[in-house]
Amino acid sequence: MKNFKKIATATVGMAAMMMLAGCSTAANSSKKGNTASGNTIKIGVNMELSGAVAGYGEQQKQGIELAVSQINSKGGIKVDGKKYKIKAIYRDNKSTTSGSASVAAQLVNNDKVQAVVGPATTNDSTAAIPNVTKANVASVSPSATDDGYTLDKNGKVQKYVFRSCFDNSYQGQTAAKFVTNTLKGKKVAIIADNSSDYGTGLAKAFKKQFSGAIVSTQYFQEGDKDFNAMLTAIKNKGFDAIYAPGYYSEVGLIVKQARQIGIKTPIIGSDGMADPKLAQIAGNANANDIYYTTPFSTKSADTDTTVKSFMDAFQDKFGTEAPTFSALAYDSVYMVKAAIEKAKSVNSEDIAVAMAKIKNMKGATGTMTVDAKHNPEKPIAIEQMNGGKVEKAITVK
Amino acid sequence: MHTIMQQLINGLSLGSVYALLALGYTMVYGVIKLINFAHGDVYMLGAFWGYYVIRFWHVNFFIALVSAMVLTAVCGVVIEFLAYRPLRHAPRITALITAIGVSYFLENIMSYFFGASARNFPQVIKVHNYHLGGFSVSNVQVLILVTALVLMVALQLIIKQTKMGKAMRAVAVDPDAAELMGINPNHVISFTFALGSALAGAGGVLIGLYYNSIDPLMGMTPGIKAFVAAVVGGIGSIPGASIGGFLIGILETMVQAIGLSAYKDAAVYIVLIIILLVMPSGIFGKRSKEKV
Repeated sequence: MKNFKKIATATVGMAAMMMLAGCSTAANSSKKGNTASGNTIKIGVNMELSGAVAGYGEQQKQGIELAVSQINSKGGIKVDGKKYKIKAIYRDNKSTTSGSASVAAQLVNNDKVQAVVGPATTNDSTAAIPNVTKANVASVSPSATDDGYTLDKNGKVQKYVFRSCFDNSYQGQTAAKFVTNTLKGKKVAIIADNSSDYGTGLAKAFKKQFSGAIVSTQYFQEGDKDFNAMLTAIKNKGFDAIYAPGYYSEVGLIVKQARQIGIKTPIIGSDGMADPKLAQIAGNANANDIYYTTPFSTKSADTDTTVKSFMDAFQDKFGTEAPTFSALAYDSVYMVKAAIEKAKSVNSEDIAVAMAKIKNMKGATGTMTVDAKHNPEKPIAIEQMNGGKVEKAITVK
Repeated sequence: MHTIMQQLINGLSLGSVYALLALGYTMVYGVIKLINFAHGDVYMLGAFWGYYVIRFWHVNFFIALVSAMVLTAVCGVVIEFLAYRPLRHAPRITALITAIGVSYFLENIMSYFFGASARNFPQVIKVHNYHLGGFSVSNVQVLILVTALVLMVALQLIIKQTKMGKAMRAVAVDPDAAELMGINPNHVISFTFALGSALAGAGGVLIGLYYNSIDPLMGMTPGIKAFVAAVVGGIGSIPGASIGGFLIGILETMVQAIGLSAYKDAAVYIVLIIILLVMPSGIFGKRSKEKV
């Protein structure tokens, strides 16, 4: 009982301190979190650079590299009249949750970073939350799409957790509305990736919103290459469209094999498909009547200068067209920059507070505003692909 | 009925790749009683080699196939020489753990040097679909099946008709007695690895062409499923591995055909458990009593 009292007193004391810290207005007075020393702001990158999803991690790393080199070549970030350069510290979490937790601890405690970008997947990102929260450092995941990622168990928003991508519900619902309103589809077959929260979450959101009938729901695993059996089995179910939430590596093969066995209905997917490799894997001749929801449209480069300069710079630096993951990671770094400028501080706690208030930040994936649940509000587009080329982007409000 | 025929064709083309891989497992196990878990990654190496020679040297498919077989044969021999030979007289579990280590090493070194994302395999053979009474077969499916069958027959001939094949069978039965008869077991083991790895390399190129997508981790799941195929057929038995491969391919296809796609991998592993419990020596395996 004595111990309990001690703990209770300590907790109350800490809560009071936190409230006081919250009240203090001077930007640099708070002692919590990591404050940049010298003239370098350190951004920790907790990323899947090896292991099962290293492909995504690599693309995100490229986006981060580009953003960092752009910011530095323009003189860095100006805070209170002092210019800071950015240094990204890359650490590999090996696509594991335990790796992600220990990398997060290393970044915030040993490297003393001011903000963290990453990890890529919801599971790995969730594993990093306790450590970044303890250290009062904000983390921005480019691609943790699970609805609950920015919330704790009780549905309260996690103070230090942000993302630059859509949550699953938003994308799944948009796709469902698109099928009903634009494609006039009444019956849909779903083929979803059940090895990630991403695939199952999107399928769930789609089902919830879709008013028509769902004739069949099939699942695959990440890394699967043969979908012939599954496609042959659903071929005669009489659907108007296929909804296939997943990543380009598998959906590309689904598109290819579906077209080869003669399934000609539209195939609708999610932003995991928005990659030039989709058409390469599917084959240009097969990539017809493909639609996917995406925050980032290579087509919007025609009208948007931010997108265009990102696309061009990426092409120059890496020699390929920019994939969605790179664009999202690029925007994550710019979210950190925007937060630092808003906070006028190089302290991680202040950065986290300011990040929640980002408004109308121009990014490669659209103009975004961070909402109360730490999700970015930005316009969603649906790209239409025919003959392996993105023909047009349909903006959905 | 047509759908069932179509699914059977899907199953056969999937199964022929499992069969090619299972042959490598079963041969190596037959000779040195080692489950070579790096075998699936040799298959990945074959696919990557095919990718590079077709992409950058613009060779045709058959040169790519044959050169991939030669390269993976060399890789197999090198892996055996560096990783397994020093452990020849160590406990079997040591070699087994080493095999898992080699597997991780190959996967990660390929990710490190060539990137981990999936890439598309150059389509050197244009896909045609033949429609035969309601179901369709693509020329690539036929090619895979024919290549797999030709290689299996060739393997059977090598093992049954050549001197080296005889030596392999002798070492498999009793390595010490074979050595007393003037057979050098090291040569035989190297040859076994070369043969098994060449088949895996061929499988890699065929799969690259068929699915048009390769990545450094592509060998993991097929490798494990081929291992199941080898166990089902009776590990150590060559015809068993071929039959086991086709059976597993068809099983996986049929599970999806009845709409249980989420459980297709589970079904394969359940078969492994059942076989190990009920019929541990597999369909074609010899029952041998262990002396205690």
